[in-house]
Amino acid sequence: MSPSISSPIERVESTPTLSVRGVVVDFPGVRALDRVDFDAHTGEIHALMGENGAGKSTLINVLSGLYPPREGTIHLDGREIRPRTPREAQAVGLSTVHQEIDLVPAMSVADNICLGRHPTRTGLIRQGATRRRAEAALASLGMYVDVSGSLGDHPIAVQQMVAIARAMDIDARVLILDEPTSSLDATETDHLFRVLQHLRDQGLCIVFVSHFLDQVYRLADRITVLRNGMKVGVWEVAALPKPALIEAMTGRTIEREPQNTASGSTDAAPEALLEVDGLGRRAVLAPTSLTVRAGESLGLAGLRGSGRTELARLIFGADAADEGQVRVGGARIPAGSVRDAIARGLAFTPEDRKAEGLVLDLSVRENILLAMQARRGALRPLRPPQQMQLADHYIRSLNIRTPDAETPVRNLSGGNQQKVLLARWLAVQPRVLILDEPTRGIDVGARAEIESLIARLRAEGLAIVLISSELDEIVRTCGRVLILRDRRTVGELEGTRITESAILAVIAGAGTVAGSHE
Amino acid sequence: MRLPVSPRQIPIAVAGLILAGLIGLGAVRFEHFASFPNLANLLGDYAYVGIASVGATFVILSGGIDLSVGSLVAFTSVLTADLIRHGWHPLAASALCLVLGAAFGRVTGWLVRFFALPAFIVTLAGMFGLRAACFLIAGESVSIEHPFLRWVSSSLELDAGAGVAIPLRSLLLLAVVVVGFILARSTRFGRNVYAVGGNERAAQMMGVPVGATTIWVYTLAGFCSALAGLVFTFYKQAGDPTSAVGLELSVVASVVIGGTLLSGGVGSIPGTLLGVLILGVIRLLIDFEGNLNSAWTSIAIGSLLLGFIGLQKLIGEIGLRSTQTGGSLDRAPPTP
Repeated sequence: MSPSISSPIERVESTPTLSVRGVVVDFPGVRALDRVDFDAHTGEIHALMGENGAGKSTLINVLSGLYPPREGTIHLDGREIRPRTPREAQAVGLSTVHQEIDLVPAMSVADNICLGRHPTRTGLIRQGATRRRAEAALASLGMYVDVSGSLGDHPIAVQQMVAIARAMDIDARVLILDEPTSSLDATETDHLFRVLQHLRDQGLCIVFVSHFLDQVYRLADRITVLRNGMKVGVWEVAALPKPALIEAMTGRTIEREPQNTASGSTDAAPEALLEVDGLGRRAVLAPTSLTVRAGESLGLAGLRGSGRTELARLIFGADAADEGQVRVGGARIPAGSVRDAIARGLAFTPEDRKAEGLVLDLSVRENILLAMQARRGALRPLRPPQQMQLADHYIRSLNIRTPDAETPVRNLSGGNQQKVLLARWLAVQPRVLILDEPTRGIDVGARAEIESLIARLRAEGLAIVLISSELDEIVRTCGRVLILRDRRTVGELEGTRITESAILAVIAGAGTVAGSHE
Repeated sequence: MRLPVSPRQIPIAVAGLILAGLIGLGAVRFEHFASFPNLANLLGDYAYVGIASVGATFVILSGGIDLSVGSLVAFTSVLTADLIRHGWHPLAASALCLVLGAAFGRVTGWLVRFFALPAFIVTLAGMFGLRAACFLIAGESVSIEHPFLRWVSSSLELDAGAGVAIPLRSLLLLAVVVVGFILARSTRFGRNVYAVGGNERAAQMMGVPVGATTIWVYTLAGFCSALAGLVFTFYKQAGDPTSAVGLELSVVASVVIGGTLLSGGVGSIPGTLLGVLILGVIRLLIDFEGNLNSAWTSIAIGSLLLGFIGLQKLIGEIGLRSTQTGGSLDRAPPTP
């Protein structure tokens, strides 16, 4: 880490309300949390930051009683606690509002706030008292809603407030919020922040997780950064400039360079194969535009969770866009229609190739032919000799290392699985290929092969969109890079301006001009 | 558009209208159809279905299903008859059966919970197992003869005037419905059942004892099925190993027609009573019709069931849409 970052602070003046020491959580094959310390004080909003996979969620789940840690201790107000279930965590005063609001939509607002603690007399619930208690909890947040109505009839923002009201009703000492703003619009977010600040000033300890950097700077008092399951440090927000935070989160150093985010579009260029115009979806991605021409490869860079994958899914139609449009080779694709996208020549290899891409128990041949067969329709099967020929062709041309075409894909290495996925899409002869983290988790040799394959396809006239967390890969492979942060485009780099440090600087918001909303 | 009832109350309102409509239809076509004695009889005839349905409502509300209802009713029936034949007092036999029914339900719930087995499979196994047990106890129908039962059926009746006596089993059904209603609506257990069925993950996160709730739900259902079995036995005055086949499906139909979502979390006990009565009135209508093939009962019930599932789906989607577009947050900020 560069010396320009202020060194992490260690508070000693007061005992923390919540004190986590040396917590270890193991998942099969992965150490999700490695001797993590975390302190949060009464009357502060403490942001927990890190890229996806850094261990934020795991830590929250430890605190909410879902994953009892293998090692380590948790103290609340100086007393050791060992929450083994959400019920126990709530009983000691740790209340968590998860990203998917964990309430029961079919039940009334009042029931949701009081569930498990309904006021009763001789075993029977006192309905009037229940309503009054729910109303009081909501009123403390400045909310006045009909508590007898079903929770599901209220918009998400109100449901979120109900979840917080429930925490108030529990008399939580620590309120943990996991990505509370991910489905709220700006006004709703403002309201939530006012409520949280109010609660903080009343002496609540709030732990806040968000990947919206700007929101963290608006709201939080201190920041703890995790990376790869380990604690990087804790800082006062004022003492941690954004670039330093990005450095802490990614572990990469940013060299400040003069920025130029202008995008000089070249004229008389080859045909624009993919045109995306103002494509967006509420609470998922701000309207985004881009163009990729034949023979061009466009990189999408940004932290995990910045909106890269969301953009790719909206383009492909895996999620339906609310606004904007996608054209492939000039033809408009209806929002949310994967079938039309494929028919027009769009192909997408998802980030999680095992969950969303490959059918692991089918053979190499079957996996390669899946998309092609889907396009032909079930009534026009390929004859077996044709199938074998196609499969062999791709096994050879992509250099897929497999004993034969009938081997289940499960038995292949990660890099070769990725090539099978690529082969599947190449078999339908796409014009636009969107690759989401194509080299994740594969070895260096296979990575180089895939990179050269991308170059070859580009030379053949495909338009390529590459999403990658490996910045060196983007630098090597892409002629143009779109940079996303907080689910919107914040900059674009082209040609020789593409360097790792330049990309990182835009991600950090240093000197950004175009598209920034600050 | 503003409806007079909230979307979630539409199914039960529709069930009420259908019941009224069917009774109205009968009253127009047949002279004595809507008479008090006739309808009071109906309540008595369907008492055992109703009692079993109350238990099944809790299971379905919690997101589960119970296919062992019919077999448990038959098992209770055969066991009671056999015990009485061997000299047991009917009250003692009944008490034993209720305990066994609850215990059976408890084991079911425990299997569902701790081995995370689908309730469908566990209760299907229970259905086969109990039916087999019926035949092990008695190869054929065992009739019951006991002075206590004669006394009960002759003395413990509510004289409703006009020469109509409401039998004990009808009163028992009404009592079970009232207790079930209070249990579902006004106890923490009841609220927990709705929460588990509405969103099990959320219920767990909110600190609801999901496991204990599930086990109690099946225990309750086992108890209700055993009680239904007793009512059935003393009503038919026999224990027959081949009786109540397919009862579980009539029970599911009643519960769903009564407005309970098969996916759990939404529904009510009074709705289930309406569902049972709708089934009964359809059967009665076709009986009154005389020359109509009784297959029409099943056809009518099947169509109603389909209609109700469709209605629930529709309402669910309307509800979803209203949430997604349901305005924004424009409330007063808290005053610090």
